[in-house]
Order: sequence, then structure tokens, then C-alpha cells
Amino acid sequence: MIEIDRVSKWYGSFQVLSDCSTHIGKGEVVVVCGPSGSGKSTLIKCVNALEPFQKGEIRVNGISVSDPKTNLSQLRAHVGMVFQHFELFPHMTICDNLCIAQVKVLGRLREEAMERGLRLLDRVGLKAHAHKYPGQLSGGQQQRVAIARALAMDPICMLFDEPTSALDPEMINEVLDVMVELASEGMTMMVVTHEMGFARKVAHRVIFMDQGRIVEDTPKEAFFAMPRSERAQAFLAKILSH
Amino acid sequence: MTLALDFSFLTLDVLARYVIKGLFFSIELTLVAMLGGILLGTALALMRLSGVIWLSWPAALYVNAMRSIPLVMVILWFFLLIPLLTGKPLGAELSAMITFTLFEAAYYSEIMRAGIQSIPKGQIYASYALGMNYAQTLRYIVLPQAFRNMLPVLLTQTIILFQDTSLVYAIGAYDLLKGFEVVGKNFNRPVETYLVAALIYFVISYTLSRYVRRLQTRLAVIR
Repeated sequence: MIEIDRVSKWYGSFQVLSDCSTHIGKGEVVVVCGPSGSGKSTLIKCVNALEPFQKGEIRVNGISVSDPKTNLSQLRAHVGMVFQHFELFPHMTICDNLCIAQVKVLGRLREEAMERGLRLLDRVGLKAHAHKYPGQLSGGQQQRVAIARALAMDPICMLFDEPTSALDPEMINEVLDVMVELASEGMTMMVVTHEMGFARKVAHRVIFMDQGRIVEDTPKEAFFAMPRSERAQAFLAKILSH
Repeated sequence: MTLALDFSFLTLDVLARYVIKGLFFSIELTLVAMLGGILLGTALALMRLSGVIWLSWPAALYVNAMRSIPLVMVILWFFLLIPLLTGKPLGAELSAMITFTLFEAAYYSEIMRAGIQSIPKGQIYASYALGMNYAQTLRYIVLPQAFRNMLPVLLTQTIILFQDTSLVYAIGAYDLLKGFEVVGKNFNRPVETYLVAALIYFVISYTLSRYVRRLQTRLAVIR
């Protein structure tokens, strides 16, 4: 589903990604972790070409994201993405947030988009808030809306870029619950997160990144039993010690 | 010396005959220059932010040039130049409308540029990630938010614009100030008429700026 092949990226002369390769198959849930500045957020943004990269190739569903001939809007429309800071559109109601891309990008009728949006909103438990503005919701609620907004586009896979990092602890679980449910339905997911509990529960594989490199790319069991690299061991020891 | 002011000649009838049409023109000029200026200014701001040199450079040149020349000179030059170029005069009122639109666009453009730049990059990422293209992202996500964030500043600029419309005296257009000037000459009472004119400008501008302040607090609540 997502094939990342020897991707390198530089900001000026500073290399943020070096030679990253991995494959994510259909229905697979892959957690990407690593210290801050390791390039994990940059890598996930390369998958739907929000960030350009200079070397290598990424194919989503067989379509290259760096090929100038690729219709990026069309590709992105079917790759759901959830951001650290939710990024709901603050000038629109929750309902409009859910509908705008369905109508403008997929060409759905407003009623159809609304019905689909409301159904997904109900699924994340927020149907009563449809006519509020994002600013009136809590962080956890906003992030659940953001997930519903992405799902409304009928994505073939979902990218999560630190979806719980900006949340208060008591709100993290309501977002993770939605993600766990999504994973159990067989959604292909690439998740940048430090939530090792989530990784343990639903991930098939864990990728560990450090200094722009994929240091470890192993099945979850092996990763949690004993990561091969020292860096990953140190990282795990740190975040699991509390 | 005593200042003997006499306002008795300023009847409603006199105001209606000489001043009202000037007031209407001042308001019309303000509205035209505001709408035209915001539209053209937004286009200039987008050109400057496009990152395409043959768009950003001319826009920057235009904005900086307009902001470095006194308005009254732009008014005069445009009024004098157009007949030279086209062979027929435009008329003071139409000439003023075009000049003010072109001039104010430079100021509105800087406001819109700041507004567009104030939109977090994540909003643009989110829009792209949903499959929206550049034009859709601007139209539905960036510009509405930029406009809303900048509304108080845009309106403040419009209040300045309203005051500046009095500069059309340079080309003899019939605006609010001109109306009072005519009355002052007819009744040989320039001091009184200019005083009243100042009062009218003050009342309109101050009312508007009070409104802007209220709007500001309201917008702050929404955000």
C-alpha cells in the first residue's frame, strides 16, 4: 500500500532523512517512533507529498508521489491524514469541516456529504456538536472530529502525525480508542506516536528512527522484547521507565 | 478680539442643496476604493507571496512605489496624465475613484499579506491533505481566515481612506469638503463651515472607529 524506497531529504545542506526504506502492506498498522528531530514527522509528510524530498521514491497504492505527472490532489484525497494540532478549519462549523472536501474535491452532493459526515461524527461520539465551531470543543474532541473528517473521504490508508502529543493526558485515551477501533477494522495505518501502549496493542510493526535514519523496522513483539539497536533500547528504556 | 461665530445661515435647506451630494460622493468614493482596493490589494498580496519572481517583483515594486508617493500627487498626476494618454478627460469624480482604488490597493495589500501570513502552515497542510488544490485552499481556507483576522485593520484603513477622500479638492471633485467650501464662499462664512465640516468628519470617523473596537473584542471571543 505504501512503499517508501531509499528516500533522502535535505533542508539546504542539512540532511533530515537519509536512505529511508520500508513497506506498509494493506491492513497493516505501523507505528513510527523515535526521539524528536529524528525525522519521523518529516517522513510521514513525505508520504502524501506535503513535504518534497530530493532522492528516492514513495508509491502509494502503486502511484508515485514525486512523479510530476501524478495528480497529487487526487492522490491526497484518498490518503487520510491527522495532525498533531488537529488543524480543523476554525472559521467553519464542525459540519462544514466534515463536508467541504467531500463536496469540493470528491464532488459529492451537499446532502450526501452531510449524511456521511454526521454518521462518522456519530461514530466518534460527537454528533451533538455538529453545529459548533472547533474553538468550542476540547482538544480530544477536535482530534476525533479531525479523524472523522479524514474518514469522510473514504481513505485507502490513514497517516497519523503525533495525534495525541498536543492533548492533555485525560483526553489521549478517547482519541486512541477511535484509532484502535479503526485498526481493528483493517484500516492501513502509519502512526507517528510515542504511545507505546497503543503500539503494543494494535501495531503489527514498529519503526524506530534516529537522526533521519530508519534504525529499526521489526515486528512489534520483537521490538518490545528487545530492540536490536542500542539507540532503540535506550529510547525504550527512557519512555517506558515511568 | 472676540470670535464672533454665526451658524444661523447653515439651514437644512442649505445643507441639502450643497452638502448632501458632496457627502454622498465622499461615501461612494470610500466604498468604491475600499472594495476595489481590497480586491486589487488581495491580488497584489497573492502575487507577492506566490514565490514566482515575475509576479512578486512587479507587485512589490507597485506597492512600494504607491506607498512612497503622497496621495495628493497621485491624484493630480492621474488626473493630468490620462487626458494626455487617451486624448479625452475622465472627469474629476471618475478619475478620483480610479486613483483611490489604485492607491489604497497598496495599503490593503500589505494588510492582506500580513493576514495571509498569519495563517498557520498546518491549515494549508490540512487543506492539501484533504485533496484540495492551491486555488481551493486559498478560496476556502486561507483567504476567509485572513480576511476575518484582518477585518479590524482593514476597516481602520477604510476610516483613514474616508478622511483622505477630502484630498480630491486638488482636482476639483465635488465631495463633502467641497460642499462646505461652496457654502462658506456663498455666505462668506469659511470659518464656520470648515468647523462644521471638521465636526462631520469627526463624527463619522469616530463612530466607525468605535464600531471597529467593538468588532475587535467580538472577533477575539470567536477565536
